[in-house]
Amino acid sequence: MPVFNQSRSYIIKIVFAAAFLIIAIRLFTLQVISSKYSLLAVENAVLKKNVYPPRGIIFDQKGKAILNNTLMYDLMVTPSEVRGVDTIYMCQLLEIDTADFNQRIHEAAFKNGRFRSSIFEALLSPEKHARLEENMWRFGSGFYLQERPVRTYPFKAGAHIMGYVGEADSGIIARSGGFYKPGDYVGRTGLEASYERILMGQRGVQFLVKDNKNRLVGKYENGAYDTAAVAGRGLQSYLDIELQQLAEKLLTNKVGAIVAIDPKTGGIIAMASAPDYDPNELAGANFRKYYSKLVLDVTAPLLNRAIKGQYPAGSTYKPIEALIGLNEGVITPRSGIGCTGKYYGCNRPVACTEKWAGHAANLRLAIANSCNSFFCNTYRLIVDNPKYGGVKNGYENWKGYMNNFGYGLRLGVDLPSEDKGNIPDSAFYNKLYRNSWNSCTNITLGIGQDAMTTTPLQIANAMCIIANKGYYYVPHFIKSIEKETKEDTILNVYRKKHEVLTHIPDTVYEVVHSGMQDVVERGTAQIAKIPGIAICAKTGTAENYRIIRGVRTKLKDNSLFACFAPRENPKIAIAIVVENAGFGATWAAPMASLLLEKYLTDSLRADRVKEVERIANTNLMPGWIQQEQFRADSIRAAQWMKMTGDSTRLKKFLRKTSTPVKDSTPAQRIALINKIEATEPKAFTIKKKRIGV
Amino acid sequence: MARQNEVGISKGIDVSLVWLYLLLVAIGIMAIFAVTYRDGDPIVASFLSFKTDYSKQFYYFLIAGVLAIFILITDSKFFPATANLWYAVGIVLLLLVFPFHSRVKGTESIIRFSGFQFQPAEFCKVVVALALAKYLSLPNLDFTKTSSQLIAAALALTPAVFSIMQSETGLALVYFSFFFVMYREGLPATILIVGFSIAVLVVTTLLIEKNTLAIILTVVAILVAYIMSRIVRRKREMIVKIVLIWALCVGIQRFGVPFLFKHVFHSYQVERIFNTIGRDVPPEYLRIAETNNVGDRPVKKKDTDYNVKQSKIAIGSGGLTGKGLLKGTQTRYEFVPEQRTDFIFCTIGEGFGFAGTMTLLLIYLILLFRIVTVAERQRSVFSRCYAYGVAAVFFFHIVINICMTVGLAPVIGIPLPFISYGGTSLLTFTIMLFILIRLDADKQMILR
Repeated sequence: MPVFNQSRSYIIKIVFAAAFLIIAIRLFTLQVISSKYSLLAVENAVLKKNVYPPRGIIFDQKGKAILNNTLMYDLMVTPSEVRGVDTIYMCQLLEIDTADFNQRIHEAAFKNGRFRSSIFEALLSPEKHARLEENMWRFGSGFYLQERPVRTYPFKAGAHIMGYVGEADSGIIARSGGFYKPGDYVGRTGLEASYERILMGQRGVQFLVKDNKNRLVGKYENGAYDTAAVAGRGLQSYLDIELQQLAEKLLTNKVGAIVAIDPKTGGIIAMASAPDYDPNELAGANFRKYYSKLVLDVTAPLLNRAIKGQYPAGSTYKPIEALIGLNEGVITPRSGIGCTGKYYGCNRPVACTEKWAGHAANLRLAIANSCNSFFCNTYRLIVDNPKYGGVKNGYENWKGYMNNFGYGLRLGVDLPSEDKGNIPDSAFYNKLYRNSWNSCTNITLGIGQDAMTTTPLQIANAMCIIANKGYYYVPHFIKSIEKETKEDTILNVYRKKHEVLTHIPDTVYEVVHSGMQDVVERGTAQIAKIPGIAICAKTGTAENYRIIRGVRTKLKDNSLFACFAPRENPKIAIAIVVENAGFGATWAAPMASLLLEKYLTDSLRADRVKEVERIANTNLMPGWIQQEQFRADSIRAAQWMKMTGDSTRLKKFLRKTSTPVKDSTPAQRIALINKIEATEPKAFTIKKKRIGV
Repeated sequence: MARQNEVGISKGIDVSLVWLYLLLVAIGIMAIFAVTYRDGDPIVASFLSFKTDYSKQFYYFLIAGVLAIFILITDSKFFPATANLWYAVGIVLLLLVFPFHSRVKGTESIIRFSGFQFQPAEFCKVVVALALAKYLSLPNLDFTKTSSQLIAAALALTPAVFSIMQSETGLALVYFSFFFVMYREGLPATILIVGFSIAVLVVTTLLIEKNTLAIILTVVAILVAYIMSRIVRRKREMIVKIVLIWALCVGIQRFGVPFLFKHVFHSYQVERIFNTIGRDVPPEYLRIAETNNVGDRPVKKKDTDYNVKQSKIAIGSGGLTGKGLLKGTQTRYEFVPEQRTDFIFCTIGEGFGFAGTMTLLLIYLILLFRIVTVAERQRSVFSRCYAYGVAAVFFFHIVINICMTVGLAPVIGIPLPFISYGGTSLLTFTIMLFILIRLDADKQMILR
């Protein structure tokens, strides 16, 4: 047989070799050049599981734990292993129906996959947990209970200070640069957020190997890379939780804020903001329910008015102005003014509460009697001081003083999202008055009005400066960190003394102190007097406006009070704002007096306890709130009906006249609607039809 | 082992092929062991238990060894003498599949009786290699004739047609590898080149927008005509040829490929082909795929991509030297589907890295070259043709299998010879190789 075509065997060999070469090149790029695949493999197969330690505890100045951790339980489900489970019994225990049960299983399977466990019901109520715990053996491996530490607040106080812990949202995760992962819990507001890294402790990490269905098969490399979780460290605060409770109680049914600071350290002893809420509401199973309730409330209970409220300082600013004037040399302790009830220095007279001659004969008297004329004059003297050559420079100089006193700046308290208030700069007035303004234009700045706004914290801090005769520490809550090391730099800023006006001689301060003491002894705030304690104080009654439905409406005056005590060696400085409550002496002053007595004598006299009840039981909620709430709720109900076609919510707001009945609670309103419905069923059905359900 | 004794029994057998065979089977069992071994299992006990996959493969190997001995003690004349008979048996078995098949993993090509599975299409590879060798070695055959070329092609491709009808496109493609044999025996190279060109055209059709491609083809045709203008002037029929070729290309591109994808391929095949070239399935094919092929699962975009993606991750993460035996996280924890069978190459890629895959490729290349060398030293045409058949089938399996694990070829379920888990495939490849060894032992004889 002739062997022809033998050369073709070489071609075939070449084809074989060429194909193998292509594969070899491909393998070379895959295995040697490209490095992404090994990373992908690790991501695929190794599960990094975080182990969460219990969060740190916060203690008050007497060593009481303001918040605690308790264990709650999540019911977890692994959908692939739910087979032959007594569904109906489970539904009975959880008080759900079978449709709900199936939907939850499907949701879990959809969200996390059939082989991975997901939350079936988060944070079980104690009753449900007890019922389930007894019966878990019935449900096999498909269900199990997962421990989850949850905060509790035994004193039910300090909600705004503590903040709350919640699941990290996408923003937090993105900002943390991968430190937080979905499902992590993180301090969302308050001290929980500010001291997150200390309270959270050190998360432990376990590396677990998983298979293609995400089932865990064991520890990666026998746990060689695992790290143990370290419990969160505790925080020692300056808070006096009993004082805090008292402050919150006094503000019941009011809108306002109280801040109490220890002037010697800047430590905040109490900080209340009203309306408030029970911090336990946002810590357990009902977070969503309460959170939406709080968010939808027009009185904004989640708002911490002590650091975010924008209030005109009113007369509480007068002692500071006196100090500025003294430092600038435009007034002396002996300066006085002949005021007869009005200040006529400008075209527009400014009214003064006192008319009798000699009520502003000297600085001390002017402070004690809160003479508007004196302080309008002093403001003008400061701003128009010829050495600055013009009102604008003089004004900027005054603003510099204000900033030194902590007004118009963020003080830097250890709570997130503090507001800075407003001390406008000269550019603001240039713009407003087209460059043509003088000290008369904004004369009411001299009595803490005009465009000036401050936060209660700033007022309290300014009181500290006066009490300390010139210096202050940045107000803060946390005194020390458990097992503090040099790496914990977070508290360093709070331990630095800020010397603002220490060069003013103490004798000058004494004059201001005397004036402020006279306010209580024989001036506007005699109601705040406590036998045996020298209180220095200043009342304030500030005009304020609010835009209601597009109209700038003048509301009842805010009641302000600022004080410190005792005069010698001061231990506490307090600022109180009660919105739309009238004179400073009417509400804010007695509150301050109670707080001082409670803090300085550690108890309240019997008749004073009655006084607490009287104040707590007085409703001073501004009238506009009800209307606004009604408006907001009805608009939301209408939107809901537009969206879903469900008119049941809107029904509550339907009535013959569209204006809400004044002074009615929601319950009364519902009762009214029911009454209308009962008496005029026809009219109601027609109306419903017209809406087009 | 049993084979060492055989060296004495059977004279003239090619020892290097036997060693290569043993080496590959050993690598295979080790790879399957790496995939399926669970920490803590007693190794020896589970190897003998017939419960684990590696134990089963080990027993399949013992059965294959016994079969190999039987083949080696068979007279070499037996094979050419019964080649046609075997072919007939193979075709009958393939036909039997139609009434008796049972549905396993989307294929309709498996006969089952009493727990034992049998896939005739797999077995037919051996049969076709024998029958084709028999036909090509007919003493008065003139393979330059088109008629004999057509008969040879029909012999090779009849089982392929049946395979396609049984939804086993992958196995059907294997039969195209027999064109290597025909090429060696004198099939004009132009046929292979034309076939290859058509394949290239089909792929480019999928890659390039159809109007653009038509313009490109026209431009190429005009260019060719221009370059060959002298010849065209002398021979008028050249221009006709060019126009015809151009028309054929455009026809394929405009109508042939869409027809193929709309009416011939199953939805999952369309999907895999497009995944290989890194494209989403175009909506025109998607709609047809979803509605026309009753019984197919609906097409999900980029879903079968998962296999290849995980397989690439596994191989790629092996790096230069690999993670070591039993340390590959990808393959150990079943991220790669079908990793004991079709995707076994991943295990080697992950466990032993580039060094391991190169070593394996080298072993295969030595095996193929050795088979070609063995083929060329045969005196009888039958033995030579058969040897080329074996080489071609092995080559096709190796290249397509590895290419699909690294994403160079669409995922068609064909095993890696001697390494993939599976009794049928191991037995088939063993039979193929040992018939060759047996024939080679009698290389001086002229077999008809």
